Amino acid sequence: MSLLDYFRASKPKSAAIAKERLQILVAHERTERNRPSYLPQLQKELLEVIRKYVHVDQEAISVKFEQDENQETLELNIVLPDFQQEEKRVNI
Amino acid sequence: MARIIVVTSGKGGVGKTTTSAAIAMGLAKKGHKTAVIDFDVGLRNLDLIMGCERRVVYDFINVINGEASINQALIRDKNCNQLYILPASQTRDKDALTLEGVGRVLEELAKEFKYIVCDSPAGIEKGANLALYFADDAFVVTNPEVSSVRDSDRMLGILASKSRRAERNEEPVREYLLLTRYDPNRVKSGEMLGLDDVQDILSLQLLGIIPESKSVLTASNAGIPVILDEKSEAGLAYQDVVARYLGEDRPHRFIDDKKGFFRKLFGGRL
Repeated sequence: MSLLDYFRASKPKSAAIAKERLQILVAHERTERNRPSYLPQLQKELLEVIRKYVHVDQEAISVKFEQDENQETLELNIVLPDFQQEEKRVNI
Repeated sequence: MARIIVVTSGKGGVGKTTTSAAIAMGLAKKGHKTAVIDFDVGLRNLDLIMGCERRVVYDFINVINGEASINQALIRDKNCNQLYILPASQTRDKDALTLEGVGRVLEELAKEFKYIVCDSPAGIEKGANLALYFADDAFVVTNPEVSSVRDSDRMLGILASKSRRAERNEEPVREYLLLTRYDPNRVKSGEMLGLDDVQDILSLQLLGIIPESKSVLTASNAGIPVILDEKSEAGLAYQDVVARYLGEDRPHRFIDDKKGFFRKLFGGRL
């Protein structure tokens, strides 16, 4: 630290901010990268099957893939239309 | 056995071509017969950095298409007779580079050369993918800067999934870090990511830190790889990189700032 720095008001160093932002971003991108490549196709085909029986939007279905050291979880979430004034969620 | 090295980064302008030229020259100067290939089809530049732009007759695509033999296209370096350059084509046809063609050329070069350095274009398009596909070793060139580190991490993902070694389930591509345009003074004052910061994210084997240096521009102006400038820190840093790659154990330098007492006192504002 230089003499001039000493008198300047201390604010967070920009390199520290850069590192923090990078750590969060890179961790996120690495999990994305490790997702199986069939997920978008799976989501599309599931939607087609479901649409045979109920009319749901593209956004009403979500496929989530999570990974930790011991297991991989595939979570499928479908929001059914609220024909009875209430939302029903089906979890598989 | 020839060893294929890809110099990659994802991001542009971080020093891939400078590095390719420097390490190819360094390996050749150590007595290893080396070829350096420009994969940046349409934006050829390695010839300029190597100072052989006026001697380009045939290029990489001509060889792939069978319009020239590999020996007709290779340019022998004027400073080192162990070094040969295969220039990129200036064609705008993006499909000129094919997996089969590149594989064929590399296989032929491997019979003659000890090291084949592939200078990758920026981005993650075809040229970049083909440059890394056949690699045994990857030199990941990174600047201590957010977008460069992020793109380097992206390239590591591609190396681990899309390279030939990955596809064949062979021993993975050996990945090395080259931290370029490093300014120890700015790291010290907290305005630039330091080596430790970058390594906390990428955790690669460090081949060397290349300090930000005016001699890099001087070298490219003259068309002489910066490694030949023994007075410059960047040149010396590249010499270390080559020595370390070849198995020599050299301590890392150019990590700490070299300011004198008075400049330290006034924070470099003198």
